[in-house]
Amino acid sequence: MYSEKVMDHFQNPRNVGEIENASGVGTVGNAKCGDIMRIYLDVDENQVIRDVKFKTFGCGAAVATSSMATEMVKGKTIEDAMKVTNKAVMEALDGLPPVKVHCSLLAEEAIHAALWDYAEKHHIRIEGLEKPKSDISEHEEEEEY
Amino acid sequence: MEQLIYLDNAATTRTDPRVVEEMLPYFTEKYGNPSSVYSFAAANKEDITKVRAELAGILGARPEEIYFTAGGTESDNWALKATADAYGHKGKHIITTKIEHHAILHTCEYLEKKGFEVTYLDVDENGIVDLNQLKASIRPDTILISVMFANNEIGTLEPIEEIGRLAKEKGILFHTDAVQAFGHVPIDVDQMGIDMLSASGHKLSGPKGIGFLYIRKGVKIRSFIHGGAQERKRRAGTENVPGIIGLGAAARLCAASMEQRAKRESALRDHLIDRVLKEIPYTRLNGHRTKRLPNNANFSFQFIEGESMLIMLDMAGICASSGSACTSGSLDPSHVLLAIGLPHEIAHGSLRLTLGEDTTLEQIDYVADKLKEIVEKLRSMSPLYEDFINGGKENKA
Repeated sequence: MYSEKVMDHFQNPRNVGEIENASGVGTVGNAKCGDIMRIYLDVDENQVIRDVKFKTFGCGAAVATSSMATEMVKGKTIEDAMKVTNKAVMEALDGLPPVKVHCSLLAEEAIHAALWDYAEKHHIRIEGLEKPKSDISEHEEEEEY
Repeated sequence: MEQLIYLDNAATTRTDPRVVEEMLPYFTEKYGNPSSVYSFAAANKEDITKVRAELAGILGARPEEIYFTAGGTESDNWALKATADAYGHKGKHIITTKIEHHAILHTCEYLEKKGFEVTYLDVDENGIVDLNQLKASIRPDTILISVMFANNEIGTLEPIEEIGRLAKEKGILFHTDAVQAFGHVPIDVDQMGIDMLSASGHKLSGPKGIGFLYIRKGVKIRSFIHGGAQERKRRAGTENVPGIIGLGAAARLCAASMEQRAKRESALRDHLIDRVLKEIPYTRLNGHRTKRLPNNANFSFQFIEGESMLIMLDMAGICASSGSACTSGSLDPSHVLLAIGLPHEIAHGSLRLTLGEDTTLEQIDYVADKLKEIVEKLRSMSPLYEDFINGGKENKA
């Protein structure tokens, strides 16, 4: 059901954990639907993501997309991190089963939520970043299928 | 451990090699159509009749009350739809439970669209149906009560005898989906007041694609599959002879070993339950502690999700199943776990382990050890667990 890359990122997830005094933290999803992702960012003074960690409650795809998304934004500037879309994460994982596409959306949302938190704390504006939804509603997930 | 540890016997079982051996001649040697006149084929008719008698014997029924079908789902569909058809003029009300298999629930939904009213009974925290609610739900136009013998997810055994008695008192037909129970626990249709009973071959080390519906003599339901005169004109279609032979062999083996098997499996099950509850914190057992199938254990592990658990167990060579949304193909976790009152997030973290004849103590210990590691690993990456631990710290501070 899952690609080798998904299985690899599920079995050996990269960047699992927490960052103390993180520059930004974002949590999305809800336990009712069975997926919650939390991303911690450590952003340096040049707006480069020095470190990123995640914690995820969810299925294999949810863990793998969190892992891949953190890999893809690590070391990038905020501007470049904004370009990491759910589609890019999915492609990097060699695809996801259709019912798991919402997991990749959740990963993108989680990164954006952490960036939003960072921006708020530092009173800056990030081009193209919108206030994160506190929750990904079931309705929206259905539409993405 | 290289070996496969199969703990999903409620999904399906390995066909017993002795069963396969009995079936084999019916493919290449005794392949005749039982309806044919010549003796070569007619012998098959007799063999089928023997199986019918064997199955009837196990249930305390009469041979002519056993009707072969393609499996449990067909039997359930037949029982409900044909009852609705035959008794619809008497009333349009059916009573069932919230924890039935989808073969019952989705058939009920279909009947609702056809103008029937269905009452879905609640169950308590152990999954046991509320008899008082059942009594209160009975109406003058109630034609059928359908309550499963044992639940396929949490293994809870329902008070079938009490329900049967009640149905009889009120003159209402009583059907039970015994797919998980037949061959595993004793069933007596007369003593339990059962009018119809669904069973399936592949849940008791028999082949897939074969099952039966027991229909008490006098129950007026008619054919659901129309065609030839097979099964006393009640179920058309050339008999699945190898399947019927296999079902008979499996049922015979199961009935002969039932007591000793149940004893052995429930001892292993209890060992597993004890170890898991003792060694893995924030875990609950789903289903009744003792009124449950001998081979069923179902747990909920807080703060983690079922599908991740299944993949990790698979990597350790262990086959299991879960009631999480991700394994059901929808966003909602199992309707059974919600019906026993579990919140969504705990239902998502459920795991069903169903033992079989071949399960050993070593395997159970290996599974308990692995489970401990897996739950720990998944919790270490769960934001829910992080919040729980931090919340605990804050509360203490």
